Amino acid sequence: MLELIVMSTLNGVLYGMLLFLMASGLTVIFSMLGVLNFAHASFYMLGAFFGFQISRWFGFWPALLIAPLLAGALGAAVERFGLRRVHKNGHVAELLFTFGLAFAIEEVVQIIWGKSPVDFRVPSVLDFPAFTIFSTNYPAYKMFMLLVSIVIFAALLITLKKTRIGLIVQAALTHPHMVGHLGHNVGRIFMLVFGVGTALAAVAGVIAGPALVTQANMAGLLGPILFVVVVVGGLGSLPGAFAASLLIGLVQTFAVSMNGSLSGAFGPLSPDYAATWLADIWNVTIAQIAPIMPYLLLVLILIFRPMGLLGTRDT
Amino acid sequence: MRKLMMAAAIALPMFGTAAIAQETVKIAYIDPLSGGGASIGEIGLKTFQFLAEELNAKGGVLGKKVEIVAFDNKTNPQESLIQAQKAIDQGIRILTQGNGSSVAGALSDFVTKYNERNPGKEVLYFNYAAVDPVLTNDKCSFWHFRWDANSDIKMEALTNYMKTATAIKNVYLINQDYSFGHSVRTAAKSMLGAKRPDIKIVGDELHPLLKITDFAPYIAKIKASGADTVVTGNWGQDFALLLKAAADAGLKVSWYTYYAGGTGGPTAVKQANLNHQVFQVGEGIANLDNKPSQEFEKALRAKYDFSLFYPRAVNQMRMLAAAADKAKSIDPVKVALALEGMEFDVFNGGKGNMRKDDHQFFQPIYISSLGDRTEKEPFDEEKTGWGWKLVAKIDSAQTMLPTTCKMERPK
Amino acid sequence: MTDTTSSVAPPYPTAAEKLKFYGLWVGAAVVLLLLPKLFSSGGSLTTFSLIGISIIFSLSYNILLGQTGMLSFGHAVYYGLGGFLVIHAINIIGANKLPIPLPLVPLIGGLTGLLFAVLLGWVSTQRSGTAFAMISLGVAELVASSALILRTFFGGEAGISANRTKVFRLFDWSFGPQIQIYYLVAAWTLIAVIAMYALTRTPLGRMCNAVRDNPERVQFVGYDPHVVRYLAFCFSGFFAGIAGALAAINFEIANSAYLGAVQSGTVLFATYIGGVGFFIGPIVGAIFVTILSLGLSDLTQVWQLYFGLIFIAVVLFAPGGITGLLMMHRPLLKAGTFGRVLPSYLIAFVPTLAMLIGLILATEIIVYYAVHSGDASHIKAFGVPFDAANRYVWAMAAILLVGGYWVARKTWTFVGHAWDDATSVAREKGIAA
Repeated sequence: MLELIVMSTLNGVLYGMLLFLMASGLTVIFSMLGVLNFAHASFYMLGAFFGFQISRWFGFWPALLIAPLLAGALGAAVERFGLRRVHKNGHVAELLFTFGLAFAIEEVVQIIWGKSPVDFRVPSVLDFPAFTIFSTNYPAYKMFMLLVSIVIFAALLITLKKTRIGLIVQAALTHPHMVGHLGHNVGRIFMLVFGVGTALAAVAGVIAGPALVTQANMAGLLGPILFVVVVVGGLGSLPGAFAASLLIGLVQTFAVSMNGSLSGAFGPLSPDYAATWLADIWNVTIAQIAPIMPYLLLVLILIFRPMGLLGTRDT
Repeated sequence: MRKLMMAAAIALPMFGTAAIAQETVKIAYIDPLSGGGASIGEIGLKTFQFLAEELNAKGGVLGKKVEIVAFDNKTNPQESLIQAQKAIDQGIRILTQGNGSSVAGALSDFVTKYNERNPGKEVLYFNYAAVDPVLTNDKCSFWHFRWDANSDIKMEALTNYMKTATAIKNVYLINQDYSFGHSVRTAAKSMLGAKRPDIKIVGDELHPLLKITDFAPYIAKIKASGADTVVTGNWGQDFALLLKAAADAGLKVSWYTYYAGGTGGPTAVKQANLNHQVFQVGEGIANLDNKPSQEFEKALRAKYDFSLFYPRAVNQMRMLAAAADKAKSIDPVKVALALEGMEFDVFNGGKGNMRKDDHQFFQPIYISSLGDRTEKEPFDEEKTGWGWKLVAKIDSAQTMLPTTCKMERPK
Repeated sequence: MTDTTSSVAPPYPTAAEKLKFYGLWVGAAVVLLLLPKLFSSGGSLTTFSLIGISIIFSLSYNILLGQTGMLSFGHAVYYGLGGFLVIHAINIIGANKLPIPLPLVPLIGGLTGLLFAVLLGWVSTQRSGTAFAMISLGVAELVASSALILRTFFGGEAGISANRTKVFRLFDWSFGPQIQIYYLVAAWTLIAVIAMYALTRTPLGRMCNAVRDNPERVQFVGYDPHVVRYLAFCFSGFFAGIAGALAAINFEIANSAYLGAVQSGTVLFATYIGGVGFFIGPIVGAIFVTILSLGLSDLTQVWQLYFGLIFIAVVLFAPGGITGLLMMHRPLLKAGTFGRVLPSYLIAFVPTLAMLIGLILATEIIVYYAVHSGDASHIKAFGVPFDAANRYVWAMAAILLVGGYWVARKTWTFVGHAWDDATSVAREKGIAA
């Protein structure tokens, strides 16, 4: 039992940190531009594929640097030449623009890299078990992922709290119009934020690519969960997004490790109900419903605490 | 409005022009050719096109050329029905499909209703890969023929082998949470319980289909259960990611699988470095000691960059030709009657037959493992250097299962 | 409408306007009756049926998005639940020989949609904007996932099927052949469209618009925006349920794809592409998107790419949707200055078309090299065969793309000038919108 708890905590924290890495960019973009960027996960995917291609040519470490820069530049271009034009037509238009973009990016990735997973390997420097716990190996690469996530979280926080640009961005998060009135080039800030946000997603892509799977449907798998993180965490709140990522990571991982069901708790249902929908509910295990837990959380949060866990603004 | 008219002008004529001329025998291939399932769908399409060329080189079916017409169903049942309707509009009378039991169920239902409502214009549905047992049991149809062994038959074969493997003590079942995964798990439990009561089922997991990105939590559970063997019906990324997570955690068990040979499977096995620890149950492997099938494999690999994943497709196409010969017609009803109960020397050796009661094809089933090769195994998989090695052959007789099918035949 | 000092109540419609109005509906009915005579193959009948279903669904969605300003990511929930209940209903009616004919069955779907909208709507519509969008996303995921868990009711991924011919028959209509289903769908489409149009003319419809534009003001007037949103949501659920029911009758199967994100996304696309600002917008969008999604995959393998690009293009260049684009010309037509822009359109059309052809050609060549490099190089896209390995074809693609773009840019500035010219003349005549 202890073994499962320790392993689940480790895995949950790891998954949560990965979510945070992606959601951090989205939360800034979402709170500042008000854009539901459906293509955010696509930049995560682009990061992974760029990382794969560059690590083929130059090795993993250059890829970790170059791929996010490329994706970030692409993101900035999307903001500059696409979103900014659409902005005047309202949020639905922006959203549909990113929707279409996600579609197009997925297809382009399929054309270039094919539809099957690509062989993106963990760099050999990190390809060893970091430690063994309850006779289970814990790969060093996963520790590395954890480390990168923490470093980025710290760097983001420091940039936001301690630097001038961070202060402006923070101000723009809560009072975008005021910042504009103060004479800052809001357009450029938006472009920068969008670029940095997508670059962060790409960092997540490069480091998650070898650990998970790098294939053309990876964006679709994680896309909706990111919105859950942002909304549950609270608009405009990075610590909120951090807390929400960890919460969702842990909830999902622990749910997977539990076999409990109503029939387990209260005994099997009488055979009279065997073929009714009651039997389905009765026999479903917590592990089976693990993937929908985030959405349950989302709905509950929005009903009972619409500003999110640590948010200050009503969504 | 202009845009609209243009779109209509492009799209509508295709529905209007029903080809009536039957110079060729057209077979509609209805499978995903775009989206997530496309990589599998395209391999299937190329395999069938290769087989059509093979038949045409031998003079076709009753002297008529065989042509495979591709329809993209986007792995969606409703879309498949639209595509089937399109195919029928073009005068196609034979449909084939394999990916997704939900699609297969919808198609079988559609074809049955269509034939009932359009007597004289019957359509046949050849199923080459959808393995839900229900299609040849409770929901069987006269117009549906299945060349793949259904999941219960494969489990019957697999457990017939497992009962002889005394090393197996604790079995963990992990499957995708949908109809196929459910039937694998139910069959495994009941058959192992009957054949090896001493084996303990230490875990029985269902996880959501194609939604998990990291299997580490599941591996932790398997590890904690103390299992020495895992039985899984997982395919595609659910299989690759499962093995990846297992390798990361250093889990050492034997894997009994249905689809380790699927696209990306061998690569995943090699990456996880599970030398001859991953077993697959199927109706054939490249490295069988059978000359004609090895020649075929060579020819296929020379043309495409994949190995033959569908030996059943070979049987299907060759039996279609044989049935047409026997019936001296390509009329779907006559072909169907000729196929019923047909004995056939299967592609990679041995006898098979299309059971009349439920239109399920029975054939020898092979258990094989992936790993290092000797001279006996000339073919590797996905350029990994590793190949399939024969472990056991289960004869058709040992895979026979009763059916609950009550077939309604045309009068 | 035309001048700023109009009276409080709109003037009573004249007889001619009434005739035009009713004539429009009668005309639509006649067109629906005659369509199968022109295109009679099974595939085109299926297409028309799907378009009809899509029209109802998109219009019901526009009650939320266009009229009340609520962006929903989970409208398919009501569509799908309507579909499931109808399949169950057909099975029950068939098994018990209940005297309910098939044409009335869609009403069951509508009531199901209404029931679930009543149940789920109250909490969902407490807020509008992003909160509503996110709740709808969460609810949609929950319902779609539950559909896979509650197997006995939803039948897992395989779904549940029914046989529509086994229902009580009226006038000996079996509803087996597609043509009968077409007429059934057409009749319901007409009824639903009229009903939804009428809804926009009611005080509730007007209040919905007010809630969309200025909810605070609505509160001052003494209405609760939440209640208005809730009512709109319920009506929307009702019509979505009817659409789902018709889809279920058409396919005779209901499965979890009905409830899924793809379905919700498609209706959002269709509605927006058509244009949310006009009643007719979603109808146009439904026709366009249905034909596109059915036809495009036959023409090219990378249809998803074109799909995405078309949407990006519409959002970028035609924010009012197709209808918005067309309606922009109404004042010009009225003022008789449309003739001034038409030549510039024709001039711009040629290089733009060349650019698009170049783009498609280049894409298909790249796709050939990236995906099918082993196959024969004579490929066919959009029904046009060409040789992807031919250098001249490459050069042609490049020239068309780059040259077309360059010339098109120039010509579109002409269009801009002509447009300004035409609208200013129209404005002088006091017609501009």
